Amino acid sequence: MTTDKPTVKNLPIAGIIFVPGSAKEYNTGAFRSQKPILDAKLCTKCGMCWVYCPDGAVFVNSEGMYEINLKYCKGCGICSEECARKAIKMVDEEE
Amino acid sequence: MGKRISIECAHAASLAVKLANVDVIAAYPITPQTHIVERLAEYVANGELDAEYINVESEHSAMSACIGASAAGARVYTSTAGQGLALMHEMLFIAAGNRLPIVMGVANRSLSPNLNIWGDQSDMMASRDCGWIQIYAENAQEVFDHTLQAFKIAEDERVLLPVAVCFDGFHVTHVIEPLITLDQEEVDRFLPKHRKAVYKLTPDQPSTWGPVAGPDIQTELKVQNEWALNSSKDVILEVWREFGDLFGRYYAPLETYKVEDADAVILILGGFAGTGRVAIDKMREEGKKIGLVKLRLYRPFPIQEVKDLLTRVKAVAVVDRAISAGGLGGPVYGDIRNILYDEEHRPKVLSFIAGLGGRDITVKDFKRIGEKVLDVAAKGHSEHKVDFIQVRI
Repeated sequence: MTTDKPTVKNLPIAGIIFVPGSAKEYNTGAFRSQKPILDAKLCTKCGMCWVYCPDGAVFVNSEGMYEINLKYCKGCGICSEECARKAIKMVDEEE
Repeated sequence: MGKRISIECAHAASLAVKLANVDVIAAYPITPQTHIVERLAEYVANGELDAEYINVESEHSAMSACIGASAAGARVYTSTAGQGLALMHEMLFIAAGNRLPIVMGVANRSLSPNLNIWGDQSDMMASRDCGWIQIYAENAQEVFDHTLQAFKIAEDERVLLPVAVCFDGFHVTHVIEPLITLDQEEVDRFLPKHRKAVYKLTPDQPSTWGPVAGPDIQTELKVQNEWALNSSKDVILEVWREFGDLFGRYYAPLETYKVEDADAVILILGGFAGTGRVAIDKMREEGKKIGLVKLRLYRPFPIQEVKDLLTRVKAVAVVDRAISAGGLGGPVYGDIRNILYDEEHRPKVLSFIAGLGGRDITVKDFKRIGEKVLDVAAKGHSEHKVDFIQVRI
C-alpha cells in the first residue's frame, strides 16, 4: 500500500516529535463548525476577545484592529460570548 | 573475582542495582518489596552508591519520576509489589510506549481484597499487557543476574524498553540463599558504567514525548511498540549468552528438568519450580515419566521454544499463581493453550491454580498435579476443569 501517511517503519520512535514548535503546523481551524465574524464598526479595541481566546487565535493586525486567525480558531464562541459590544457574531461554516 | 556469600534475595536485587551504578531510584516501600529499596536507600545514604534517591508519595509518582528521569537519559531503577504495582498500572504503559529503559523489581504479591501481603503473581499478571519485558526469577542468583542483565537489555539501542524482574514475595524475597557475587570490575566489563541514551529530553534539542495521536496514527504507534517487544527477544538471548560467556551462568527462556523422555510436564513460573523439581524426582523414583518446565521469559513470549518443547509431550499441567477471572483458568495456562492450538501434535493442557496469597505449593500438591496430568497423558483425552489446589469447598 502506498501512502503519504506515516507508517510503523518510518514513524520516529514512540512518535517523539524532534522539531520544536511543530504545533503551529496543526490546522486546528479544521475542527470548526461556526466561525466568528468581527464587526469593526462596533469594536472598541478593549481586547477582551484576545484575553479570553483559549487558542491565542486573536491577534492585532497592522492597522491596530483585532482579527481572528481562522487557521487556528476552533469556533468555540468564547470571544463572541465575552464581547461587551456584541461585535463578534458566530455564523455557520458553509457546507 | 566475586565471592560466594549468603544473602537475602531482596538484598541480592539491591546489590545488583548498586553494581549497575544507577543514577536515579524512585520508589515507595511496600511489603514484600521493602527490603530491596531499604537497602538501596542505605547505599545512597552511606555514599556507597552515587544516585539520586527520590522519596515519593505513591507508586504512581514513583513510576512517574522514573519516567522523567529515564527520559532525561538516566539509568533508573524502581521496585514494587501488589497494590503498588496496581497503582502504577497507568504509568507502566507510558514507560513502555515512550521506550524508556527503566528496570523494576517486582516482589510478586497478591492483590486486595482481602488484605494480603503475601506472595502470588496476580499483581504482574494484571499488568502483563503493559508492553514491558517480563522475566521471572527463582532464587537469589537469578534475581541478581537478571537484574544486572535487565539494564543491558533495556538500554540496548535495538530494544529501549522497560524490564520487570519478577520474583515471588516472601517465598523468594525473604529467603537467605547462597549467591555468587560479581565485583565492580567484572560488572563494568559486562555493563557500561553509564547509560548512553540515544534519545533524551534535553534543552539542547527540544522534543515532545507522548503527544496527541489520533485514529490516523495510534495503530502504527501501537504496532511499532509490539514489534519492538517481539524483536527484543533476540537481544535478550544475546545478552544472556554474553553474560554466560563472561561469568559461566547461562540462561534460556525456558528451563527444563527431566523432560527428555517425559509423557507429561508441569509448567510453572518463579520460585516454586524448586519444590516442583523435588516432586519430579520423587515421581521419577516411582518410574513416572514426568518433567518440569520453568518459564523464565514471560514477555516477549518464547513462542517457538514453547511450541518445540510442548508438542513433544502428551499433556501439560500449567500451574498459575493467579486467576484470569471469569472461568478461563490461569493467565499462563491461557497463553500456553493459545499458542498450541494450531499445532498438529498438540498436548492436552490442564489448568491448576495454586499458591494464592502466600499459600505453599507443597511436594504433595505437585505430586497430585503430576498424577492428574499423567493420567490425561495415558488416556489421551481430558475432562479437566480449572483445578484450585488445596481449596476447601
